Amino acid sequence: MITRLSHACIYVLDQDSAENFYVNILGMVVHTNAPMAPGIRWLTVHPKNQPDLELSLCPVVEGMMFNKDTAGKMRELVKAGSFGFGVFDCDDIYATYEELKAKGVVFSKAPKEEFYGVEALFKDDSGNWFSMTQRKAE
Amino acid sequence: MRLVRAKLFIDEHYASDIDLDNIADEASFSKYHFIRLFRRVFGATPHQYLTSVRLFRARALLAQGVPVTDTCYSVGFDSLSSFTGLFKRAVGKTPSAFRAEALHLRADMARAPLAYIPHCFASSYGWLPGVSPENRNFQEVPLAAAPLL
Repeated sequence: MITRLSHACIYVLDQDSAENFYVNILGMVVHTNAPMAPGIRWLTVHPKNQPDLELSLCPVVEGMMFNKDTAGKMRELVKAGSFGFGVFDCDDIYATYEELKAKGVVFSKAPKEEFYGVEALFKDDSGNWFSMTQRKAE
Repeated sequence: MRLVRAKLFIDEHYASDIDLDNIADEASFSKYHFIRLFRRVFGATPHQYLTSVRLFRARALLAQGVPVTDTCYSVGFDSLSSFTGLFKRAVGKTPSAFRAEALHLRADMARAPLAYIPHCFASSYGWLPGVSPENRNFQEVPLAAAPLL
């Protein structure tokens, strides 16, 4: 039976830039960095406190997965912010918001109280958006 | 926020000889208040945070094969023995052992990449022999071909 989620895929436009964003700006840790071909690595990162969840930074390039036309469309969709890949938990959202803003992260929503906690929305360097939420204490 | 600016200052200047008392003054806090607030917001004292940033950067350099001594001084430690002790406590192995393992892993990945790259990823990027663009799209495995329990 399925026991847990071990990997999730985030489509990125450039793996080097994505690695810099997720590691040096968001503070994640590289789990595996295995070269494959020019511009393509099996590159996974994880939040510092969640080593058993690998986020695979998958490059959108023409090849097996995408033909030229699909790759072009996917890249435009990624750039346009069509994909929201998930929610990051946060323990001090106001400080984290200020820190990430100072590091150049683009937020489409400043921290705002919702019924589930305080939430902000930001984009990664490719255009994918994420929720960052400090959940209400139970 | 003054605390965030202090943290960002540490992030940017970790390799230098940072005077944390100075940072407290710049942020207009008393030293005691600064340490207490910093710990409450970021989960570590400024000194602990600075050490953690230096060790984080050291891991990246060692994994690239930078020699231990060069790594130690380039991330801001001024004592090799102190760096080695802190590194071992944080990571569970000495900087030399960590570096040797990382280099061994890199060499092994280059020699046998498919031992590290999942089949689904390798095949979706056309990296497996015998996989052609005609088979690009997702195709359901016929029930008869599925492995029996």
